[in-house]
Amino acid sequence: MEDVIHLQTQLLHYKVSLFKEGYLNDQFKELESLEDESNPKFVEEVVAIFFEDSHRLINELTKALEQKCIDFKKVDAYVHQLKGSSSSIGANKVQMACIAFRNYCHDMNIQGCLKCLQHVKEEFALVKNKLETLFKVEKEFLDANASNPII
Amino acid sequence: MENCYCIEPQWPADELLMKYQYISDFFIALAYFSIPLELIYFVKKSAVFPYRWVLVQFGAFIVLCGATHLINLWTFTMHSRTVAVVMTTAKVLTAVVSCATALMLVHIIPDLLSVKTRELFLKNKAAELDREMGLIRTQEETGRHVRMLTHEIRSTLDRHTILKTTLVELGRTLALEECALWMPTRTGLELQLSYTLHQQNPVGYTVPINLPVISQVFSSNRALKISPNSPVASLRPRAGRYVAGEVVAVRVPLLHLSNFQINDWPELSTKRYALMVLMLPSDSARQWRVHELELVEVVADQVAVALSHAAILEESMRARDLLMEQNVALDLARREAETAIRARNDFLAVMNHEMRTPMHAIIALSSLLQETELTPEQRLMVETILKSSNLLATLINDVLDLSRLEDGSLQLDIGTFNLHAVFKEVLNLIKPVTLVKKLSLTLHLGPDLPVFAVGDEKRLMQAILNVVGNAVKFSKEGSISISAIVAKSETFREIRVPDFHPVPSDSHFYLRVQVKDTGSGISPQDIPKLFTKFAQTTVGPRNSGGSGLGLAICKRFVNLMEGHIWLESEGLGKGCTATFIVKLGIADQSNESKLPYTSKIHENSIHTSFPGLKVLVMDDNGVSRSVTKGLLVHLGCEVTTAGSIEEFLRVVSQEHKVVFMDICTPGVDGYELAIRIREKFAKCHERPFMVVLTGNSDKVTKESCLRAGMDGLILKPVSIDKMRSVLSELIERRVLFETS
Repeated sequence: MEDVIHLQTQLLHYKVSLFKEGYLNDQFKELESLEDESNPKFVEEVVAIFFEDSHRLINELTKALEQKCIDFKKVDAYVHQLKGSSSSIGANKVQMACIAFRNYCHDMNIQGCLKCLQHVKEEFALVKNKLETLFKVEKEFLDANASNPII
Repeated sequence: MENCYCIEPQWPADELLMKYQYISDFFIALAYFSIPLELIYFVKKSAVFPYRWVLVQFGAFIVLCGATHLINLWTFTMHSRTVAVVMTTAKVLTAVVSCATALMLVHIIPDLLSVKTRELFLKNKAAELDREMGLIRTQEETGRHVRMLTHEIRSTLDRHTILKTTLVELGRTLALEECALWMPTRTGLELQLSYTLHQQNPVGYTVPINLPVISQVFSSNRALKISPNSPVASLRPRAGRYVAGEVVAVRVPLLHLSNFQINDWPELSTKRYALMVLMLPSDSARQWRVHELELVEVVADQVAVALSHAAILEESMRARDLLMEQNVALDLARREAETAIRARNDFLAVMNHEMRTPMHAIIALSSLLQETELTPEQRLMVETILKSSNLLATLINDVLDLSRLEDGSLQLDIGTFNLHAVFKEVLNLIKPVTLVKKLSLTLHLGPDLPVFAVGDEKRLMQAILNVVGNAVKFSKEGSISISAIVAKSETFREIRVPDFHPVPSDSHFYLRVQVKDTGSGISPQDIPKLFTKFAQTTVGPRNSGGSGLGLAICKRFVNLMEGHIWLESEGLGKGCTATFIVKLGIADQSNESKLPYTSKIHENSIHTSFPGLKVLVMDDNGVSRSVTKGLLVHLGCEVTTAGSIEEFLRVVSQEHKVVFMDICTPGVDGYELAIRIREKFAKCHERPFMVVLTGNSDKVTKESCLRAGMDGLILKPVSIDKMRSVLSELIERRVLFETS
């Protein structure tokens, strides 16, 4: 019993901290609200798509920025996609990083772009980590709850 | 010898006398013969003698007289009759001719005399012409001198050179001994010796300006002769033998810029003169000639003009320098202002983010909290926190969009809302504070105040809250009363505002809200400053915290709602009454039950789900595609997705009632897409509703969507409520334009 409550508190705290630290924003809440009986794993599915997409985009970006002659339009298009994905998820910090990235793209600032790419990679890694942890804790709680329901 | 005319001489033996007579006759004859020869000779020489035949006559007369005398020579001795006859003939002829000549001379002599008169007359005339020519020549010379002088004077724009040159040239032209220029001092009471030709005098020597001789010269524009003894003329140290030459003085007008009117020669409008004194060489008998005086006058005028030109040039150079300085200063000020603006914008941008983050946390967590199990009191508290933080979030948005407010590009979010509920909420929000401060709070709603109204609910509430909040803030004790009524024309007469002419109509009414407090009041001189941004009163107890923005923002909102706000107070310590009137739309009955635009979380609109509604989502971003799909699925729709335009065009069909298109990818021309869809469905009448999803909220995007024939535009990120309301609108009204 205490475990369940403890897990619930932990989950709540963790979620709150994610919001507070700006990793996630309102959009994530929206996604959660879309989850219901007909669509139980909605959030996880969407997040999985996000991870896949972002991996791909980041790789493409790395390749594009390694070229001798950088095609800024292509780079911009990728960053735009990444920005769109991250804003749909509610991955706040990634979104902000993408916005900054786009500015450097418009200015055709190579150094800036490389720096931003690094930043995006970092943020993405962080948010991925956090989300995976979140899902883990959630799963634990749900499992615990299933066996010892308090609600 | 019949007739012997031998006349025995009376004195027969007087031979001496006879001899003398003989000789005299001979000489007379000689003379008589030579005179005509001379005459002929000289007349031949002269071309002009008109009376030649008179000469001939005269010559004949003389010759005959001579002949007579000659023949007389023979009559002294015994002579024959022939001689006597000849003698007689000669005498007769002589007599005839002489008489003729005498008669002739009567005619001729007057003529000759008149010739003489004419000659005299011509000589006079010639003399006169000579004189005149002399005069003209002098005038021409004077003119030449003046031109040369003028040229010299006007060839420079430097004041000193002009004056110096004037003196030098005048000295040369008129052969002056000394030439001096006296300028008025700054005070205007004295004349100071400024320039002289020969530099022998101490420059700086002054004379008072009201000497009679000076006044005399100044009052006339001619050059006047003055006494060499007057102080302005006594420039040389007197040595005994000098007989000073004549001195002339003339005034030189000193003109200012202001003297040059368009059509006026500045004759009398100047008051300042300088004095030019010219001295002829001493010990010479020269006198000032009229033409010389005229020359001096002309030069004085020219100098005046040249000086004024120099003055004008100096002025304009100075003005130009001043302008350049000002320009530089203005430029600097502008750059500083720009820097300040940029700094402010940067600051606002940073604070924007910094302020929003905690707000987000508060709102997010409060809403999360709301979802959990709470006691009713706790729920109430959490709801209050949520409402306050929503309001605060709006306030932050508004503060940070201060520039938008000032541009006037802020627009109200018009919607139907419950007016009574607004006031009740205000009351609820303020009640805790008034309880703590032990103030009594009363609300009076007019009997004809409609329950529902159309307007910007959030901002109206903000305005009311601000005003009531101020009343509470500045009252330490007593009561606060809020009254809200529909403003009628009687109340309008109370308003002493010049250009506020409210006109109630069938679709609008004017809401009048008045908040009276018994607090510390406002002093009359502070009232105009109340609505100024960031201005705080420094006097009195009103120094509690606050950004000073409240009333300014309030005023802006009230103005946007086509209203007016004002404060009245009788003075410090006498309380204050704040009143505002805003224009609100009258809500018609059908709106009352709908309320589709409220942001209250727990309200459900009519359509909570749209079972079976076929929709098509086009988005090339996998994640957002899934999210949108999830949203729509949650609302009960049947969703098909397309990842690209080609796929979309392939899949779209009549079955789909609504299509959602994401057009914020670069390279996607959503408008062209819309046109192609319309073409595709041109034949059948039922084309799907086209809704655009975009991250861009600017006017350009909106207008292009309108032009392309889109039915709606939704701003990402889309919340579930937004999606729900969009679908409701589309289904119910078949039209929508923008939701943000």
